[in-house]
Amino acid sequence: MALLETRGLTARYGDFQALFGVDIALDEGETIAIIGANGAGKTTLMRSISGILANQPEAVLFDGEEIGALPAPDIVARGIAMVPEGRKLFPSLSVEENLLIGRYGRAVAGHWSLESVYELFPILKERRTNPGTALSGGQQQMVAIGRALMSNPRVLLCDEISLGLAPVVIRDIYAAFPRIRAAGASIVMVEQDIGQALKVSDRVYCMMEGRITLSGAPAALTREAIHSAYFGH
Amino acid sequence: MTSALDTIIQGIQLGGLYALFAAGLSLVFGIMRLVNLAHGDLIVLAAFLILALVTALGLNPFVAALVAMPLMFAVGWALQFYLLNRTLGTDILPPLLVTFGLSIVIQNGLLEGFSADSRRISVGGLESASLALGPVNVGVMPLLTLASAIAVIVGLNQLFYRTSLGRAFRATSDDPLTAGLMGIQPKRIFAAATGIAMVVVTIAALYLGTRANFDPTIGPARLIYAFEAVIIGGLGSLWGTLFGGIVIGIAQTFGAAINPEWQILAGHLAFLVVLLVRPRGLFPRAVD
Repeated sequence: MALLETRGLTARYGDFQALFGVDIALDEGETIAIIGANGAGKTTLMRSISGILANQPEAVLFDGEEIGALPAPDIVARGIAMVPEGRKLFPSLSVEENLLIGRYGRAVAGHWSLESVYELFPILKERRTNPGTALSGGQQQMVAIGRALMSNPRVLLCDEISLGLAPVVIRDIYAAFPRIRAAGASIVMVEQDIGQALKVSDRVYCMMEGRITLSGAPAALTREAIHSAYFGH
Repeated sequence: MTSALDTIIQGIQLGGLYALFAAGLSLVFGIMRLVNLAHGDLIVLAAFLILALVTALGLNPFVAALVAMPLMFAVGWALQFYLLNRTLGTDILPPLLVTFGLSIVIQNGLLEGFSADSRRISVGGLESASLALGPVNVGVMPLLTLASAIAVIVGLNQLFYRTSLGRAFRATSDDPLTAGLMGIQPKRIFAAATGIAMVVVTIAALYLGTRANFDPTIGPARLIYAFEAVIIGGLGSLWGTLFGGIVIGIAQTFGAAINPEWQILAGHLAFLVVLLVRPRGLFPRAVD
């Protein structure tokens, strides 16, 4: 049985339907990537899983339980943490406080603590008393990832973590992922950077216009197949 | 010279009372951008609650206030959770209308329950006790009021900047949606904030009720002083609120020293002057 699964997930904003029956599955210990162009529905999918958007209860299953209709705080408490698109650090909180607040809804013992997050991203320890928003974009992204890890999640959702960052910074951030995996989190990664997505993931789903158009292990997917799943021709 | 010093000290002490009126208002506004127009009436409600505990159980007023604090916390929590949370949204009008209505409901409820007579909470001989501080004599109760105001503001600042709940307050104030992703339930955070504001209101009510007579209709005037203190200090700054209270307090005591009829007017004029010179207050913190 998959750890996290969506079954026929649909989502709409008023009259606009954003997802049309999306099925994805994430196994324990696995990293999957979800790729697709702007407006393909990737972020809507993340918002549905994380509880920001409510769905039918049976549309999202976590550990065999129906969680599709639960609000975000309940989802976090069960062990699904999100690194939201655009980082969304709290400007009134220092770097350290931004990390600490990640434990608010789920303070469970595990690998991740203030010390181990500082070990993963040493620069954050130096900047711990700065306001979260006074950091560079890459450092802010590290805070956002660390904040999500602080709850020792079973599933980590990462929405566009490379967006707006320089390639060298992106490389630094992705370098942390093997250690995040090793510590036991299963990861769903939304990416527009296809190369990066193929490199880090065990399986890839490609989305277009609210549907999954292609899925499989990176090695099994040809450039042509990805191209047509991505752009639709 | 001594009389000017005396007036300033009285003004500072009166400012402590106004800061106590204002701290709860400032707290609630800072976290959820809710302007509670019933704030003054809730202070009067708490004063009647203390009075009722004093007369019914024969408690010392300070003990009665301690008993009233958890009760008022519960009132605030429930008020926010079951009523005011429903009014919050992008439209700023519903909370204003609902709290305005609440103000009328509380006033009339208190009229029914306690009549329109003016009352006072007696603290034994403490009202008239004074201490000689150098050239001036200082009333013990006003001194306690100021000390309580400072203690409340220190306490609230500690809560805000040193505790997990305080972090949740600030995070929710920044961005309720992302706060939800951290496991924070904004509606419960708001309820806790209003509950804490009502504890501060109870402390304010103790000093309001022991300082002078009160009756069910005086709430709105206390709301005005509280508002002025918050605005003078600058939105979002608790120390600014204390300072704002002191500005109004000093202006009022000087006004009264010149002519007793000018007391209230002088406070409002000071507010107007600050508003003209520094429209965002003296120590603004909030951006919006």
